[in-house]
Amino acid sequence: MADKNTPMREALRMALMEEMERDERVFVMGQEVGAWDGTHKVTRGFLEKFGARRVRDTPISEMAIGGAAVGAAMAGLRPVAEIMTINFAFLAFDALINHAAKVHYMFNGQFKCPMVMRVASGWGNQATATHSHTPEMIFAHFPGMYVAAPSNARDAKGMLKAAIRDDNPVLFSESIALYPKPAVVPDDPDFLLPIGKSDLKREGQHVTLVAWARGVEWALQAADTLAKEGVQCEVIDLRWLRPLDTALVFESFKKTNRCVVIEEALPHFGVGAEIAAQIQDNLFDYMDAPIKRVNAMDVPLPYAAELEMLALPNAQKVVDAVREVL
Amino acid sequence: MQKESAVARPSAHLDADTLRQMYWIMLLSRRTDERAWVLHRQGKIAFHISAMGHEACQVGMAFAIQRGVDYVNPYYRDLALVMALGVTPAQFMVSLFGKVGEYSSGGRQMPSHFGYRPANIISGSAPVATQVPQAAGLAFAIKYRQQMGLVDANDATQPRLALTCLGEGSTSQGEWHEGMNWAGVHKLPFICMVQNNEYAISVPIEAQMAVSNVADRAAAYGVTGVVVDGNDVLAVYDVAKAAVERAYTGGGATLIEAKTYRLTPHSSDDDDRTYRSREEVETWKKKDPILRFQNYLLENSIMTQAELDDADARAKSIVDAAQAEAESTPYPAPEFALGAVYAEEN
Repeated sequence: MADKNTPMREALRMALMEEMERDERVFVMGQEVGAWDGTHKVTRGFLEKFGARRVRDTPISEMAIGGAAVGAAMAGLRPVAEIMTINFAFLAFDALINHAAKVHYMFNGQFKCPMVMRVASGWGNQATATHSHTPEMIFAHFPGMYVAAPSNARDAKGMLKAAIRDDNPVLFSESIALYPKPAVVPDDPDFLLPIGKSDLKREGQHVTLVAWARGVEWALQAADTLAKEGVQCEVIDLRWLRPLDTALVFESFKKTNRCVVIEEALPHFGVGAEIAAQIQDNLFDYMDAPIKRVNAMDVPLPYAAELEMLALPNAQKVVDAVREVL
Repeated sequence: MQKESAVARPSAHLDADTLRQMYWIMLLSRRTDERAWVLHRQGKIAFHISAMGHEACQVGMAFAIQRGVDYVNPYYRDLALVMALGVTPAQFMVSLFGKVGEYSSGGRQMPSHFGYRPANIISGSAPVATQVPQAAGLAFAIKYRQQMGLVDANDATQPRLALTCLGEGSTSQGEWHEGMNWAGVHKLPFICMVQNNEYAISVPIEAQMAVSNVADRAAAYGVTGVVVDGNDVLAVYDVAKAAVERAYTGGGATLIEAKTYRLTPHSSDDDDRTYRSREEVETWKKKDPILRFQNYLLENSIMTQAELDDADARAKSIVDAAQAEAESTPYPAPEFALGAVYAEEN
């Protein structure tokens, strides 16, 4: 075995398998995780390897998947629950927000809730408005629950393993478009990425591009394009929306004095708004231009392929936004 | 649905001390509860929600489980239940005031959202019935640990079942259905006790459901369903004991419907005169579970009238002391609002 180029779905599968091998308290449950190998094939072969006790196909029952995960976690297990898409996690909202995120505080530390809720997220498959949300920031709004949103296969492995080992509840968002995309993934079973640490993806001195999940890809593509014109973009991958790490962003902004935030999500009250607010609050004297946001258009996502692509962000929209702030 | 068997009554095996203890918890809960109403009307506390009228079903249920060990996800009306599990009047009084060292949350959680790790009581959120899937999750964890060999299924020092309670109004929620279905599908050591007091705040039962009994729905989940007179503490104990044995021996989940009535408004925030006739309330007051149990204890020479009177005086003085303790306890320091959001911040 050696580190090798691995698609994100396979990196997530490695992470889950290693953690289940390491700790008997870890189990997976959700719709289709067993006999069907997981909707996105992240649990391929798990039923055969671990058996039905630890690989639980559940009823179509998001409230119960969420609630039972909270209960099982409080009882000392480490459930990794899967909800087919983040859109369906809305049905489990009370379990996640009113319980998982608040158990530790409202109990004054008497109980912990070490659960991971894995959800597939994002747009671009003509799955339309109610299948295609990117609402991670809603979950990140509430103190008490971490929100992970990896941008690549390597990070996905290290972040998922860290999430499973942590004593706090974690909403783990997996961008559907990134599942097939490969990166070099360490095969070290103790490869962990720290919770709440952002990542410097590319150095540059002219503008800071802040992105997460799929937005990172568009930021890097835009940086390539702009480099040909002599514009050097610094690209920062937030990785986690909570805890939100602004240290690298602030450091970068002091150098570039300009920022564009890129995310697949809708613009209102989003991560871009939060980053912009924090920069103006902390680094007002460093600002040389308005902070721009590149988001999906502020509409429910349409079905027709052309309309869907029109509504989504892309690298060209990032390039255009950077030109506005230079 | 399975009807209660009148043949072998587990309560017939309860000794006199246990019966007196059950009465004591019901009485102590009632006197604490009454004082909370007074404190609210005096403007000293922000909120109270009452167990008055429900004491028999709660205490009958509590005495059937391994108290303090088995998991309990109560609902806001379960004061007598949590007192049977070890919560004291002083602890409850401190929670009403939100004072320093409050037992469930340090003063962060509302009163009656009971949470107490030493007794394995799990705090709930405000939307009703959300505790049901969580209790199913706790029961799932119990079964998982037993099947994985992490605990011995007969070890009475470990939780062997999860009990959750709710009102009949909460059974209209999706969570209730999903939690019951989960417990049925996985054949879990799980007991759901519905305390049917005929009103979802102001909405009467005929506007809530088209079946006569909540327990009729048990068949749809493949679990045992039982209806019991919730104002008869020993009848509740009988069906509860059977449910507990079922849970402990791999027989799966039970839905117990205890028919009862709340003697107060839903909470300190409503006036039940707008939706219940005084005649109806008076009729139920005659069926007060505490009076009923007093009569039983007297008729069977388990307690004398003098002992009942003495118990009442003792309960009142305990409540007096609890109130005094709560009033003299300081409020939490401002910085306490900020801590313990995450697990590493103990």
